[in-house]
This record gives sequence, structure tokens and C-alpha cells, in this order.
Amino acid sequence: MPRISRDEVARIAALARITLRDEELSGLAGQIDGILDAVAVVQEAAGADVPAMSHPLEITNVTRPDVIVPSLTPEASLSGAPASEESRFRVPQILGEEA
Amino acid sequence: MALTYEEVVAKYEPSLGLEVHVELNTQTKMFCGCATEFGAAPNTQTCPVCLGMPGALPVVNEKAIESTIRIGLALNCAITPKSRFARKNYFYPDMPKNFQISQYDEPICTNGYLDVEVETDEGIKTFRIEIERVHMEEDTGKSLHVGGATGRIHGAEYSLLDYNRAGIPLVEIVTKVVSGTGKYAPEVAKAYVKELRDILRSLGVSDVKMEQGSLRCDANVSLAPTGSGKLGTRSETKNVNSLRSVERAVRGEMIRHAGLLDKGERVIQETRHFQEDTGATRSGRSKEQAEDYRYFPEPDLTPVAPDAEWIERLRSDLPEKPSVRRARLQDQWQVPDKEMAAMVNAGAVDLVEETVALGADPTKARGWWLGEISRLANEAEIELNAVGISPKQVARIVELISVGELTDKLARQVVASVIAGEGDPDSVIATKGIKVVSDESSLIAAIEKAIAAQPDIAEKVRSGHLPAAGALIGAVMKETKGQADAARVRELLLGLLS
Repeated sequence: MPRISRDEVARIAALARITLRDEELSGLAGQIDGILDAVAVVQEAAGADVPAMSHPLEITNVTRPDVIVPSLTPEASLSGAPASEESRFRVPQILGEEA
Repeated sequence: MALTYEEVVAKYEPSLGLEVHVELNTQTKMFCGCATEFGAAPNTQTCPVCLGMPGALPVVNEKAIESTIRIGLALNCAITPKSRFARKNYFYPDMPKNFQISQYDEPICTNGYLDVEVETDEGIKTFRIEIERVHMEEDTGKSLHVGGATGRIHGAEYSLLDYNRAGIPLVEIVTKVVSGTGKYAPEVAKAYVKELRDILRSLGVSDVKMEQGSLRCDANVSLAPTGSGKLGTRSETKNVNSLRSVERAVRGEMIRHAGLLDKGERVIQETRHFQEDTGATRSGRSKEQAEDYRYFPEPDLTPVAPDAEWIERLRSDLPEKPSVRRARLQDQWQVPDKEMAAMVNAGAVDLVEETVALGADPTKARGWWLGEISRLANEAEIELNAVGISPKQVARIVELISVGELTDKLARQVVASVIAGEGDPDSVIATKGIKVVSDESSLIAAIEKAIAAQPDIAEKVRSGHLPAAGALIGAVMKETKGQADAARVRELLLGLLS
């Protein structure tokens, strides 16, 4: 029994606005299953006595003071953007599928 | 036929849920050192962290954590000993990294409450609003939709993104379900946001400017048949950008829901957008498929574990609560309950306090803010503190009246001119030549003229019928274009006719 159904892949693809062909949907479901199987092995290794952690080190409260550090120039910020206009990032229409 | 509000509340019981987002006024962003100044040129306050560049690592702003804990303490919350950040994943360009750092199952503050007062038919009543959680997150960038007829998101050809706002510390304050408000739901919602705003202002953690978006409210509204004990399907209204709009949005949604339910239709659980001009809401994203944010713990940030000593220090440094302060001022100024409630409701407490601090008599200061200035603010449909006259200017006007340089009537003209942007009271008075006619000979001339014009009335006054004097005083005021002091005119008139 696959962990990820074809329908679920289609749903995630739609949320991510990625168009997938039928055969890609089936193929990806199998591949994602493979990834989840690998993670499941790690999960078995960690017993109930190991608390879940979100950071590899047992540290807390790494903070910085509220002091301004110079930002990038707008030119530098936009230099890697595929398109820009009026000092802003230009992106394709949003929610085009609902317009 | 749409139901009237009275019909709605007779048949249905509303439940509310309010989510308030407040931008903190820290110098820098939540996870990087970029400045947070409002209104800066596009993309001048961005860096690899807030632009989501590969390899850039966020580090939490200590001041933002402190401000959030102070908000939690002021709202009577418990502070979570160890809380984490989480990634809220979504594909939308207002965040350049395809996720927003937020808190999910471990918010930093939980289970608080805020008491708010609302004037009801039975007098002033306190409603306790329970707080579910207060959590930290980062604000999103600003989109500009280009093309299409309306400039709105629908029909736009492309969008332009400014990430100056992306990463500004944002605190979300979420209530539990608020029920039992009955017909007062809109007023309770407004009073809650207002009280919250006052608390945030007193803490000094935010600019709390609704019109600039540093305080934003999303209102969840649902209706259930009265007495059913059930919870109806809710709608969530976003884009509510003033206190007045909070009240209007809740009332409007109650009427809309009732209209659907009465026709046997169902309320769709959806996001709606408040339209400031019409007071109605418009359906937002029409997706049947719910968003799926796939929250997971943020691996780039360490947990926040404030120690008890720090929390207690922050608790002991909390300022006087606005409700306590109001009680103190009410006592100092000797204001009746109803008047105090009117002042709070009009947002006049701070303004009156500042005016009094500048030397004005409390009763007079209150009279001006709640009277003429409130009337002009209502006419213009704006908040009292944005109407365009300062406590300093009001204090000066009160002073000019008390030394006899203005009458109440002339002062109203001055107030209107100051609000119209014509300058300070003194320059308005100078420019317009406004002054009390105190030159006795010209007053006496005007009085004699009035007596000559209405001899029969003068005779009545002479024979002791004092109320008749009003007609003569009126004529004198007209003659002097309202610039005479009515009390002095009366004195002189009665002297002449005695």
C-alpha cells in the first residue's frame, strides 16, 4: 500500500502551481513513497525515549540585539531576479487560474 | 428581503473569533538586521535573510521576543517555558522563500483574557474576551497588481513585489470563541480591538496605526439559531482597517449570514474582504480546496526558552493598565460613568488627558473633544485623533475663552478653521480678524439700536419680564456678527432698561 496516493500528489502539485502530466503523477507517487520509506527507517531507530527535536544542537535562545545592519541596495537585491520593474520584483500573475 | 439587524438578533445568536495582527515597532526585522521604517523606497530594506536567499540564516530579534512576552503578560497569558518557530509553507510571492516563519503548536503565550466594557440597555456591562494564544511571526511583502481593470488581484497581468515589509516582526493575538454577546457582538468586537490597541500603545510595542496596517483585524463571525447551543459555519473577514469597520464588518456579516440561513441556504466557510466604501464584504479566494500549510518546526532557529527571572522582571515593569488609568482619570476629573464611557468610546481619553496636562480645565477640555470636535470628526467619518486638531491647539482655545478673548461661538469657528488646516488658533484668529467685541461704546450703540427696533419687547423687559431680553440680545449678537460676549451684552442691556 503506497503512503502517498496519486490524488495526493495531484493536490500538492496544484497547491504548488506545478502542472504535471498523468504519467508524471504516477511516477512521482512512487518516488515520494521511496523517500518516506527511507525516513521511516530513521523513525524506527529513534525510540519513544528520544524527544523530537527541530535543531541538531541542544541550545536555546540564540538571539540578536535590535540593531540595524545595512541592507542590500535595491540594485543588488534585484540583481538575481528574472524580471523587475520600478525597483520591485516582477512576478507572473497571481491566482491566474481564478481570474 | 434582507432582514433588519433587530430581526437577525431576535432569531440568531452570534459567535465571534477575532485575530489581530500587530506589527512590532522594533528597529529591525524579526530575523535580520534590516530596518523597518514605514514608507521607505521599494526594496531598500532587504537582505539575503528576508529575501530567502539560499544559505542565509535567520536569527531572532531579542527585543521582538521581549515585546511579545510583555503583550502576553498584559493579556494575562501564561508564558510557554519553551516554544518553537515553525514554517508555514505556501506558494505565493508575498514571501520570497515559499514559507513564512510563524509559530504553530507551541505559541509563546497562551490562555489569557481581556475584559472590555460596552454600553448596553442595562448600563455598562463587562465582557470577558478569552485569549487562545499570542504568537510571533513575520510580516509578508507588499504586492502591487498591474493590469486588469481594477488594479485588484483578479484580472491582473502581473504583480510587483516590494519586500521591505517581509520579515517585520508580527504578533498574532487570537481569541477563543466569543459567545453570549447577543446583539452587542459588533460593539464587543470593536471594544475588544480598541482596548487591545490601548494596551499595545501603553506597552509602547507598536505604532498601532490601523490605517497604516500596523494593527489589522480579521473577524470570524458565525450565527446559530437562538437557543440551539450550536456553532454555525463561520466566515472570516479580512482587511478591516479601522475600529468603525470592525463594528460594521461584524454587523454586516451577521445580516448576510442570517439572510442565507433564512432562505435555507448554507454559509460557506471562506475568507471575505471588507469593502471600506460600502461596508459590505466580498468573497475572497473561491477555492473549495482548503490551503494546506504543511507546518513543520523551523530547523534554522533554536527554541525560545525565556527564564522565569526575565519574565518576572518584564511583568514588574508593565505599565499601568488602560482600564486602571481610566478609573484614575475619571476620579481625578470627577466625570460621571456615562460621560467617561462616552469619552472612551470616542477615543478621547488620551486627547483630554493631554489637553488637561497643557493647563485646560478637565470639564472644558472634555466638552470640546466630545462636543464640537467629535461632531466634526463624525461628519468627516474619521477618528477623533486624526481629525486635525491637537490637544495643544484645544488647550489654547480653552485658554482664550477663559480670558475672554473668544466666546464659545467664536471658538467653534476657530476649531473648524484649525481642522480645515488653516493654522494654529492664534493665526486663524489673526487672519480672520476674529475677536470678541468688547468695546463698550459700540456694544451700547448696538443695544440701543436693538431697543429702538423692538420697543414693545424693551418695554416688557423694563416691566420685569426678563426672558424677553433674549430677543434683544439675539439682535445685538446678529449686529456684532457673533463677536460680542453674550453675557456682557445681557449685563449692559439690563442696565440700560432698569
